[in-house]
Amino acid sequence: MQIKNNSIEKFLINSAVPILFILISSIAIPLSKFSGIYLVREIVTRLTRDTFLVLSLLIPVMAGMGINFGMVLGAMAGQIGLIFVTDWGVKGVLGLVIAMIISTPISILLGYFSGAVLNRSKGREMITAMMLALFISGIYQFFLLYLCGSIIPIKNYKLLLSRGYGIRNAINLDTAGAFDRLLRIKIRGVSVSFGTILIIVAICIFTTWFRKTKLGQNMRAVGQDMVVADSAGIKVDKTRIQAIIISTVLACYGQIIYLQNIGTINTYNGADQAALFAAAALLVGGATVSRATITNAVVGTALFHLMFIVMPMAGKNLTGSAMLGEYFRMFISYGIVTIALVLHSWKRQKDREMARVQFRVNVKALK
Amino acid sequence: MEGNIILKFENVGKQFDGNRVLKDVSFTLKKGEILGLVGENGAGKSTLMNILFGINVIQETGGYEGNVYFDGKKVVFKSPFEALNSGIGMVHQEFSLIPGFTAAENILLNTEKTKPNIISKIFGKRLETIDEKEMRKSAQKGIETLGVDIDSDTLISEMPVGHKQFVEIAREIDREKVKLLILDEPTAVLTESEAEILLKAIRNLANSGVGIIFISHRLNEIISVCDKLVVLRDGAVVVERSVGGVEIKQIAEWMVGRSVEGEKNFHSKIQDISNDKDIILDVKNLWVDMPGEIVRDVSFKVRRGEIFGIGGLTGQGKLGIPNGIMGLFPSGGEIIFNDKNLPLNNTYNSLKSGLAFVSEDRRGVGLLLDEPIDMNIAFNAMQVHDKFVKKFLGGFIKWCDNRAIRECAKKYIKELDIKCTSAKQKARQLSGGNQQKVCLAKAFALEPTLLFVSEPTRGIDVGAKKLVLDALRGYNEKNNTTIVMISSELEELRAICNRIAIVSEGEIVGILSAKAPIADFGLLMSGIDKLEEEGEDNE
Repeated sequence: MQIKNNSIEKFLINSAVPILFILISSIAIPLSKFSGIYLVREIVTRLTRDTFLVLSLLIPVMAGMGINFGMVLGAMAGQIGLIFVTDWGVKGVLGLVIAMIISTPISILLGYFSGAVLNRSKGREMITAMMLALFISGIYQFFLLYLCGSIIPIKNYKLLLSRGYGIRNAINLDTAGAFDRLLRIKIRGVSVSFGTILIIVAICIFTTWFRKTKLGQNMRAVGQDMVVADSAGIKVDKTRIQAIIISTVLACYGQIIYLQNIGTINTYNGADQAALFAAAALLVGGATVSRATITNAVVGTALFHLMFIVMPMAGKNLTGSAMLGEYFRMFISYGIVTIALVLHSWKRQKDREMARVQFRVNVKALK
Repeated sequence: MEGNIILKFENVGKQFDGNRVLKDVSFTLKKGEILGLVGENGAGKSTLMNILFGINVIQETGGYEGNVYFDGKKVVFKSPFEALNSGIGMVHQEFSLIPGFTAAENILLNTEKTKPNIISKIFGKRLETIDEKEMRKSAQKGIETLGVDIDSDTLISEMPVGHKQFVEIAREIDREKVKLLILDEPTAVLTESEAEILLKAIRNLANSGVGIIFISHRLNEIISVCDKLVVLRDGAVVVERSVGGVEIKQIAEWMVGRSVEGEKNFHSKIQDISNDKDIILDVKNLWVDMPGEIVRDVSFKVRRGEIFGIGGLTGQGKLGIPNGIMGLFPSGGEIIFNDKNLPLNNTYNSLKSGLAFVSEDRRGVGLLLDEPIDMNIAFNAMQVHDKFVKKFLGGFIKWCDNRAIRECAKKYIKELDIKCTSAKQKARQLSGGNQQKVCLAKAFALEPTLLFVSEPTRGIDVGAKKLVLDALRGYNEKNNTTIVMISSELEELRAICNRIAIVSEGEIVGILSAKAPIADFGLLMSGIDKLEEEGEDNE
């Protein structure tokens, strides 16, 4: 006994957030007066830049830990790696690879710490991870602002503040665009960086493969029901820590990919927004804090950035003020997270209602 | 013969904080034998199984007396894992399945079949890939042993409850060395045809040499599948015998048949409310989604001025009825109260129209624990009926009328004999019995026309019990207030109610006069009504 139209309704409810965004965009695009080719070029650039970061959020969601706002920790590790590589003057792809090698142990350590903290705050992982990120950000700033150049030798004076120690606020990367320049091909005026895209595809394949391993299976079990998983002998805490470590390391690589595309590091504030934007993109793609797929990540990144590009201009054209346009952008990006979270709980309630209706039908059918 | 015995309890006893729940329990189970364990709620079945299974609570509360022998050796399991590893499987009343996983994934949870790959050779076994084909095969084999047809690729969340139960059992027997399987109410959620299949499967399992403890309130199942019967009552074994020649009615009597002395203390109200002329509450097709106490489809009529009892075993849905009508859990159906339609899912409205509810969740829903007694008593009346309120500026500003509140509290403290230092004592500091009295006073202060009382004597001592019941009946007689009382204790329902409805599996299976023989109630609770003919054959 299935209720008719169940699947259509279910699909609509499940993709309520992306549908909402497509609707808003379809109004905003004509208002922004951007040309189609411009939008495509922008979105392709941003997809290659950001998708890896968004994908790093998938595994903790699978392990039932919600959106890992602690990915900022990984992003910081990635920045430290890049700063050292810049100091040593290693250029090109080699530089990026060395940066990854340096930052991997740092992000594993931070991920372990983050996972251990989150195990003590089960059910409130997201807010805890957010606060934890702010706390680690303090240590990160202390490290770069006071230790670098004084205790930790930095020989490239261009990186240092004029007082002789501490890293500058903005750093130009020698490694800028190293991944992007690999296999860059122009298709109808849109340059596509197949090098970076290949890395993204690799991480997609890794995630898909990982789901099918014993460890992935354990994470899914822990994510759905910790008590049942525990009673089946799965080490719940250990599994959760591993999920966070993987996510943190991936976020670290994601940040390196992101920064090589941008070309400069905003040393002290660059990482802060990483988690928020990645989370917003994932949620816009129709993911929830308990279920997220690769499709959600890719679609979400595209939609979120489409909105991000179009909104300020639409706002400007609508109101005649550039300031207001900029305000629109901030308003939208924070608003998205709020709406998506609210819609998530609305959806959960709907699911419960549908389950109840189904139950009533079954009871009647029995009679 | 000694070698054939798989499980032996020897003088096992257990008490929680001086409250004895098991005494001197001894019985044995042979390999390949099915033992039916029956008893009322609180007879000690679950405690006994917890002891066997090494659940932590037992150790934390000071262990148990006596000895348990499993497979010829004396055992004291410190955790469920130890019990599992030595070959005891348990299927719980609640499903411990992962809803988003397929049947195969659940059956093989943490014992998945994997195959190695390059990465796993470097990083260890945990990165081996899951071998879906092998998993499916292995799970299908487990399901087939049970003699049912379930696709191992189906998600648990999309399965009917019956299939979930089979998956759960398949998981337990998948462990290769399982020697003893405990099934706690495995048929409670099954339809009759599913239950039959399950019973057959249990028989097959037993024939392969597994010892089985089968706990069920459906006595006909006990008779049809078990070899041996053990009846627990008030923590002691009252009957241990083979099932052959036992009648359902007899078991029901063994289960509930406690001394009838207690009854003499009470006398049912002798007032003629014997017909359906004056109906105060008419419930039609009520359903309530209260977790653990789901009400499926309930219809009943309550006559004005009576005390109407609702009984039944835990988890069958009796608690869902008042909670649903009062709007504490999502519900649907039609309620006619005092000839007016009562909208559901609206607690304020229910209270406003003259209903009141003493919740079974005394400390959670019933009381404001950190407020004084007088405030607790007056709170609902203030909120709902604007009583104990001084109005200024035409009701624009409302102040508590502290004097009236205190007077009222004093009155009830005296009437109900609430033991406290003063009306200003915090509710948290009172004993369970006195808290319950405050809950009653709070409901009385609303001056309801119909009062729901849910498990009024749960967790309070004998003396307080009597007082609470007396207070209820006194209030009913004095004000002619209709009372609907929900209780797991049949004795207290029979002591003060006019009529008693028995709820089983979310539906009312029968409404009896309080004077009906106790065995009849036992039969209703055991879900025997559907097998009336069979019951008569036995007589």
